[in-house]
Amino acid sequence: MNPSKVELEAHCIDHNAKLVCLSRDPVCQVVFHFHGLLSTSQTQFSDCRGRSLDPCAIAAMDFSNFQAPGMYPYHASASKQAEKSYVDHPIMGPHSSSFTLMPSAPTTHTQYPYVTGTSVLGIKYKDGVLLAADTAGSYGSTVRYKSVERLKPVGKTTVLGASGEISDFQAINQMLEQLVTKDFMWDDGNNLGPVEIHNYLNRVMYNRRNKFDPLWNSLVLGGVKNGEKYLGVVTMIGVHYVDDHVATGFGNHLARPIFRDEWRPDLTLEEAVALLEKCMLVLFYRDRSAVNKFQIANITDGGVQITEPYALQTNWSLKAFENPTAGAVGSW
Amino acid sequence: MTSIGTGYDLSVTTFSPDGRVFQVEYASKAVDNSGTVVGIRCKDGVVLGVEKLISSKMLLEGSNRRIHAVDRHAGMAMAGLASDGRQIVTKARGEASNYRSFYGEEVPIGELCDRVAHYAHLCTLYWWLRPFGSSAILGGYDRDGPQLYMIEPSGVAYRYFGAAVGKGRQAAKTEIEKLNLTDMTCRQGVIAVAKIIYGVHDEAKDKAFELEMSWICDESNREHQRVPADLLAEAKQAAKEAQEEDMDAD
Amino acid sequence: MFRNQYDTDVTTWSPAGRLHQVEYAMEAVKQGSAAIGLRSRTHVVLATVNKASSELSAHQKKLFKIDDHIGIAMAGLTADGRVLSRYMRSECINHNFVYESPFPVGRLVVQVADKAQVCTQRSWKRPYGVGLLVAGLDETGPHLYQNCPSGNYSEFMAFAIGSRSQAAKTYLERKFESFMDCSKEELVRHALHAVKESLQEEDLSSANCGVAIVGIGEPFVILDPKTLQAYIESLEGGKDDQQVKVEAEEERPAAIIERQGTAGGGGVGVGAEGEGPTDMET
Repeated sequence: MNPSKVELEAHCIDHNAKLVCLSRDPVCQVVFHFHGLLSTSQTQFSDCRGRSLDPCAIAAMDFSNFQAPGMYPYHASASKQAEKSYVDHPIMGPHSSSFTLMPSAPTTHTQYPYVTGTSVLGIKYKDGVLLAADTAGSYGSTVRYKSVERLKPVGKTTVLGASGEISDFQAINQMLEQLVTKDFMWDDGNNLGPVEIHNYLNRVMYNRRNKFDPLWNSLVLGGVKNGEKYLGVVTMIGVHYVDDHVATGFGNHLARPIFRDEWRPDLTLEEAVALLEKCMLVLFYRDRSAVNKFQIANITDGGVQITEPYALQTNWSLKAFENPTAGAVGSW
Repeated sequence: MTSIGTGYDLSVTTFSPDGRVFQVEYASKAVDNSGTVVGIRCKDGVVLGVEKLISSKMLLEGSNRRIHAVDRHAGMAMAGLASDGRQIVTKARGEASNYRSFYGEEVPIGELCDRVAHYAHLCTLYWWLRPFGSSAILGGYDRDGPQLYMIEPSGVAYRYFGAAVGKGRQAAKTEIEKLNLTDMTCRQGVIAVAKIIYGVHDEAKDKAFELEMSWICDESNREHQRVPADLLAEAKQAAKEAQEEDMDAD
Repeated sequence: MFRNQYDTDVTTWSPAGRLHQVEYAMEAVKQGSAAIGLRSRTHVVLATVNKASSELSAHQKKLFKIDDHIGIAMAGLTADGRVLSRYMRSECINHNFVYESPFPVGRLVVQVADKAQVCTQRSWKRPYGVGLLVAGLDETGPHLYQNCPSGNYSEFMAFAIGSRSQAAKTYLERKFESFMDCSKEELVRHALHAVKESLQEEDLSSANCGVAIVGIGEPFVILDPKTLQAYIESLEGGKDDQQVKVEAEEERPAAIIERQGTAGGGGVGVGAEGEGPTDMET
């Protein structure tokens, strides 16, 4: 129950008054002022002209309006300045009242994600940049959605891939869509490239993190503009970097070691796709949030191409897979 | 003019005894003096055309745009004060973007027109503002097909099959009325509009001009785009030829 | 008795559909000493006529660096111009902070123009009394824009504003078609020729003019008097092939150059061109 109500009742019971029909008096338009904390015996009631009122008269007031969450009685003399920053109460009228809207608890923001996507991989190759991500959206450990596209083109030169909170990714995409539409409307030959978008996203992410309200994503940005290949990462706390090959989440542990061994700057498209597929397969085997349905985005000077979702041939005939719990003490 | 010197025409918040708001009428004068702007609604889209008067030969071609995209699916051609026109465009862009983020889809052209017209009207309500010296022809393609509207400095806005403002509006309207707009494609419309604008341009009295054109049609992917250079060149050529024929006929 | 009852308020339209207050503000631009701009395929050059209000003072600064890729020249109320230049500088910094890339010149110019338009529609404001020539470089190449108190702006191949700018304009109109392929040095010489046209009687010297350059691969720089003087002397030689020592400018940071001539002189240069106010473009 709201503290104000509890305290009001306690007080009124002291005076043998019962809170029954409580409303702002419609006839004489009395606005009640409360002085002092309602929990103390010092409490007095007065109307808008300062005349003191018998606490029993409060039987005519409606306190149900004070049930608004986050409200509790506040001592007038405690902080006159603080009062000014609060809004007028709909019933109590202009804020001469000692009732103050106060947060009942500290403001909290996103503290954990709900629906998440897992790793995104990105590599540069001879003619451009490739990004890969599967299409799972997990609700905790449940793979809840199976067709969430996590690679989205931004303008004509860039693709954004996201792991982490899907809804935040959608919000980010809407922001970027607005920027790209602005470029379209200017129609002046200047367009956001991967460098600009990467920096913009970094500013947004770091800014949100500083408000302790982060967008819960690790973002991979791939692009080619004027022949310049670009591959970068921004994380939910504003860490950002560029590299020849990048990965988020589990990919950092499972894919990047493979990239380090096998990546070359002069990979052909076929070799690069094969490398990505190899890594996606490893991720599928070892990451419980990954599914065998993914897309690859190819960004070259000619533009952006994103494949339809497709699956890879898997092989579960390994001995270890046939009876995975054999010899594993304590598993079921 | 009887209004001059009476004192009833100095503020936009003053009515004259016979119920007119002269300041709004004066603002419309600025539009009437401008280069001609034409918009037509064809069966598959909308075509906008502007007779852009050139003040100096050192001006770069394509500078001083008078046609602006407002969203992907809508565009505006401005007559009158270019700077006032940009202000209206900025407002329209804001409304389009706001609608999109609120409803998750593109703004219907009628709704956009309504909001922009409200804004123009707002400037006729306060003594500390002045009405815009600019009219907008708003074209777009929404779920109900191609749409054409015109917004005037007074805040009045109507939907049109074809609209014209500026110096040559009378002659242009006469020409538009001759077109069979319901059967015309935008490709044909571009040529028709070019002919009209070349036709109403008064070479003897006016400065040189540049033809600026845009369209929103199936061919442009229902996006507001400048008319492709080759088609524009073709349209100019056709317009010049039509003019020469007229001269021969005279 | 008022000559014209429609000319005292920015928010009043005249019966002919004109805004006299705005036209008067444009007149203020004409009263200021001239500013000239011209461009080639690779460079933009700005030049100004500098007038000191007294023998004891320096001239008003009329060339401003906005960012590495943008600079402006102004004519009219330089106080208003400095407000705009401060705005432009901060917009460039903001854009660079958010996008890590230089602000497209054309977009900055439109923002400035929109800012100027607002001052023509509010009864408690007055239009800016300054004309700007904006020289800049972005991914679409070099640009030269002109901004005007009315909120109009245009992109030019070459242009001149301010008092006696008509003479310079005539020179530019005669030559501008050849500017596209000019080298930086040739462009500067054309600029100086144009300045000369606008200078009445006076001889061209590094004391009464200023030149600034921006180009592909070259950040905006205001020439120091020594380099400028070398250009002027090459002009008198009358030979285009005459080489000018321009290396000196690279060695000197722009900040030092800018600090010169900061002492405030009088506001507006004198010498109106006896014409009436020009009609705003519609």
